[in-house]
Amino acid sequence: MGKRKVPGLNASSTADISFILLIFFLVTTSMDTNRGLAVRLPNPPEENQQDPPKIRERNSMVVNVNMNNQIMVTVAKDSRTIEVSELRELAKQFIANPENDPDLPELVPVELPAPFGVQNITKNHVISLQTDRATNYDTYFQVENELYGAYNDLRDELAKKTFGRSYNECNEDEQLACRQYYKCVISEAEPRKYNQ
Amino acid sequence: MSKFQKKGKAEMPELNTSSLPDLIFSILFFFMIVTSMREMELKVEFKVPKGTELEKLERKSLASYINIGRPTKDLRARLGSASRIQLNDKLIAGTEVGYIREFVQAERESLAERDKPFMKMCLKVDKDTQMGIVTDVKMELRKAMALSIMYSAEQR
Repeated sequence: MGKRKVPGLNASSTADISFILLIFFLVTTSMDTNRGLAVRLPNPPEENQQDPPKIRERNSMVVNVNMNNQIMVTVAKDSRTIEVSELRELAKQFIANPENDPDLPELVPVELPAPFGVQNITKNHVISLQTDRATNYDTYFQVENELYGAYNDLRDELAKKTFGRSYNECNEDEQLACRQYYKCVISEAEPRKYNQ
Repeated sequence: MSKFQKKGKAEMPELNTSSLPDLIFSILFFFMIVTSMREMELKVEFKVPKGTELEKLERKSLASYINIGRPTKDLRARLGSASRIQLNDKLIAGTEVGYIREFVQAERESLAERDKPFMKMCLKVDKDTQMGIVTDVKMELRKAMALSIMYSAEQR
């Protein structure tokens, strides 16, 4: 018997089939990239809460956002209205206190993991963020973004200085060490209602 | 007898479409990889804010979604245009934030035991929402011990 010729398969409809599949996927899926600002909320307030521990004035930075979306920052009794773009520098100054300014948070010696050892850091600083119920979410988000940005910048600078590479390129232990060096303390007070 | 005489009617050569399916399949695979299944029908409209300090949501299976914004156009006639809260698939009545605790409980139950501590709440809030409603939601989340949250945003 001679070789039988295999008849060619008619594949002209494969294109149609794959078109239908393609359209199905275009319709049912979405291209949302899930990115966002990760935040950890504090534990719920307890029923019979004692007075919150007193925070020394120099250790606290209060960021107020009012119903007209104006931002006021209070550091050591000195209040001023600022734009969002100025907030990051101010927060960095406050968190790091590089010149040991008596109006900025006190530097406390703290035992830190391996490469750092005992360091003077602003352990007791607190950034407190207060909003009004009528504040715009966008403004609030921008403020949060700048505050977290300040911490991220400082950690990045620290990582570059100690490990010679940026924070994101460091391994987990190094990142943890940087995080402990500049520990993020942002507290959010309950928003106030207008006329209260 | 000319050299350039046309030899009858010129026939249109047939286009070879045998590679068309391959082409379409590659587009299909591209879309399958870069997109994700839409998990819920949106009942509120929102445009998330833009930020710079964003992280990627690591494991989507651990995330629950809370959307806050104005109802979509076809729902607006019935529900008005005040900000509403949508939990995964359900639009809750008014701004009754009390449902959130049940919702968190149910979401937590649906996860495997070892994943429970890593549950993440993804807040997709419209830019123009007022903070009051957001704070109420956050307070409820704190009471429900869903402390790890994420404000959804776009990269600036």
